[in-house]
Amino acid sequence: MAHVHEHEVDENAGAEQRKAIWRTFWILLILTAVEFLIAFTLEAGTLKTAIFVGMTIVKAFYIVGEFMHLKHEVKSLIWAILIPCIFVVWLLIALMREGGSIFDLR
Amino acid sequence: MAATAQPNVKNVWLGGVEPMKASYGKLMMWFFLVSDTFTFSALLVSYGLVRYSYPAYAGKVVDFVSSPTYWPIPEKVFDALPFLHGLHAPLIFVGIMTFILIFSSVTMVLAVEAGHRNDRATVEKYMLWTLLGGATFLGCQAWEWTHFIHGTEGGTVIKEIVDGSWVSKTVFGANLTVNQYGPPAFADFFFFITGFHGTHVFSGVVLNFLVFYRTATGTYERRGHYEMVEKVGLYWHFVDLVWVFVFTFFYLV
Repeated sequence: MAHVHEHEVDENAGAEQRKAIWRTFWILLILTAVEFLIAFTLEAGTLKTAIFVGMTIVKAFYIVGEFMHLKHEVKSLIWAILIPCIFVVWLLIALMREGGSIFDLR
Repeated sequence: MAATAQPNVKNVWLGGVEPMKASYGKLMMWFFLVSDTFTFSALLVSYGLVRYSYPAYAGKVVDFVSSPTYWPIPEKVFDALPFLHGLHAPLIFVGIMTFILIFSSVTMVLAVEAGHRNDRATVEKYMLWTLLGGATFLGCQAWEWTHFIHGTEGGTVIKEIVDGSWVSKTVFGANLTVNQYGPPAFADFFFFITGFHGTHVFSGVVLNFLVFYRTATGTYERRGHYEMVEKVGLYWHFVDLVWVFVFTFFYLV
């Protein structure tokens, strides 16, 4: 049976993949550590928020791309998952503006 | 046309071909996760809305005192560690929780990788690590909730108008209507967002246990593939992904 042999032969199979997994882990860990550093060193403001949002998106890219394997799926699946997220961006912009105007009216 | 009439020829419209080269189960998990993304986004974006409708704390970070009139600084709210009462350790505990969840995501993806090689023992091992990570995270969250609900020793003095006159009272901890750390809405969002995420972690742990059990009893080995590990893995990574966003928008910003 093919898959019984596979078990013996492919002793080193997936080594490349495992390396990629651990590399992703280190990237995520370092990014989180840097986020911590910024949290206590940088003055609160638009720049700090922008850095945090940017780093979060990078972390999300690695989790979804590598751990969830989306980066290695076919293009149509990648877009089918990513395009609906436009609605989230719309909601974010709409409700942030709304929050600002509630603040002005208070 | 002739090709479609032949038997054993795969055709996109006649079955036999997996759309987007992913199995039905995996595709459905992906689309479920997209819908779950919307739910979590709605919660986090509403947090943003309410946060920006309140004034931000204007003074220096060291002089921060809790008040229901402005939004609190998270590092001043979440600064406690279990067994180390009175120590000011800003965001350390939540940092540990983040690490635990990221690590359990790593062990999950290692289990998926072992599943591709039909390596039952390794899948079992990594599923156990993932289970341990998930359970530890839930335990941490239980502690954090307890601390948040009970509050600090000093509490916060809150002035409010009752029957036309100003009344001062000391508030300890938080629930859905009173909050010693800031506006009540802050506590509400804390309970709803971390609670909704915690519920996801809990169901993830249950699913992970199921997968571990079926791996250990050889169900997937008999089936010939470990795709179920992959599908539940997608869900587990999503839970980790949501936490990355909760961590940023609730604890850091």
